[in-house]
Amino acid sequence: MKQWKRSNAPIFWVLFGGGGTLSSLFGPALILVTGLLVPLGLLASGTMSYARMLAFAQNFIGKAFIFAVIMLFAWHAVHRIYKSLHDFGIHPGPLPALCCYGSAMVITLVGAFSLLRIGF
Amino acid sequence: MSKLTAGTANRKPFKRPMAGWYKRDPFFVRYMWREVTALAVLLYAIVLMVGVLRLSQGEAAFNGWLAALGSPLSIVFHLVLLVAMVYHVYTWFEVMPKTMPLLYAGGKRVADATIMRGGIVAAIVTNLALLALVWGMRP
Amino acid sequence: MSDTQQKRIKIEVLRYRPEQDKEPVWQSFDVPYTDDMSVLQGVQYIKDELDGSLSFRWSCRMAICGSCGMMIDGKPKLSCKTFLRDYAGQTLRVEALAHFPIERDLVVGLEDFMDKLESIKPYIVPKEARTLAQGEYLQTPAERDQYEQFSSCINCTLCYAACPQYGMDSKFMGPGVLALLHRYNADSRDGAQAERMEIVGAEEGVWNCTAVAYCSEVCPKGVDPAKAVNLNKVNSAKAYFFGLPGKKEAAK
Repeated sequence: MKQWKRSNAPIFWVLFGGGGTLSSLFGPALILVTGLLVPLGLLASGTMSYARMLAFAQNFIGKAFIFAVIMLFAWHAVHRIYKSLHDFGIHPGPLPALCCYGSAMVITLVGAFSLLRIGF
Repeated sequence: MSKLTAGTANRKPFKRPMAGWYKRDPFFVRYMWREVTALAVLLYAIVLMVGVLRLSQGEAAFNGWLAALGSPLSIVFHLVLLVAMVYHVYTWFEVMPKTMPLLYAGGKRVADATIMRGGIVAAIVTNLALLALVWGMRP
Repeated sequence: MSDTQQKRIKIEVLRYRPEQDKEPVWQSFDVPYTDDMSVLQGVQYIKDELDGSLSFRWSCRMAICGSCGMMIDGKPKLSCKTFLRDYAGQTLRVEALAHFPIERDLVVGLEDFMDKLESIKPYIVPKEARTLAQGEYLQTPAERDQYEQFSSCINCTLCYAACPQYGMDSKFMGPGVLALLHRYNADSRDGAQAERMEIVGAEEGVWNCTAVAYCSEVCPKGVDPAKAVNLNKVNSAKAYFFGLPGKKEAAK
């Protein structure tokens, strides 16, 4: 009788699912605003000013939203990239996994520390 | 007796290579493009990460990040990200119904295509809502 | 009948005879056909009239036995359900089902699939011992709806030929077997869900799947194995974080 080893994939899959859903619900609008409308001046200048963004990031809800977006987008993406590496012939293993999930961890930590440093 | 087993001695199964499998069918090519959109999600997360990092480093640093966003390179980059992100949204709701159990409403099976349409409508609503919020809160 | 009225098609078959070939080689055949002829009949014509050494599996010739699967113009199809008339004007390439080792010509080795099928306990395991006096199981149409489509599987393995994850790693249980596993787990009469969930939750269970979903595209019976596999990712995640409903901890 074969012994099946329980995979820890659900942890990463849930993060993948959360990030995929959040990026679907808000991703295009976020890119449009921060990457195109504001820089091109199509929204009133000062929409993303330091003062307003600081206030937003210091607000508990704003901080949580920014953190959720950065963290979930990152963990969603690296999980897919890890799987895609396999599709391209780079087989699953500790080194590819470390590169992928490690990057997400770095992004999460930098984001978290920055948001904490900004304070409340 | 040896005649019974003689057949297996001549077996030499041939394994065909998988290299380049994703080029073999348009279905696979589309799948790979779907997965490539993950890069856009990652790169945007990094852009935002740098943004909050600069925000935590003070006004000068943050204004530097804002200025960089205004460069032509950044504009083109974000246009590409936007296209990729929209394709991600569409393909996300193509796959998402497969994770749901068999649903029935009014005695009839709720088709995956219906769930997909619902998801896309929800995404359009939430994205427009965010745009409306930003517009409504403009200085 | 004059030759100019007889339709002909060039069929290229990937031949492999282990006793003489180092590797597979394409061989062309000129096959006369009529509009009602399937690719299977085309291949049968080759064997009957042109080259008796051509080997291939077939049986019912009506898309229910699952024997005649092959790569037709690069796509996994049942040859009895695919028609030569749809490939008129082109050279039709016919090859053994992808992702399986070729034994000979169009015959692939299916031991791996058979082993996997056996391993999932593809039968109703009663929840508790039943006597004949208790009579038959009762099941509502709604209960049957939950598993019926997955019971349509004819074990043709076209989905395995479609699945690149299986192609890259044959340790993956694969779409067909996982769909059949779900067929039993979703059946209200069955009591072996916990055991089968162990397979589901392993890496080579549902977690090798990346939702390419080509399996569901090629299935000749509308089983939708991609659905069976991916909805079990949710079940597996629930079991991982919250434990299986009703499952008791094994005494150590």
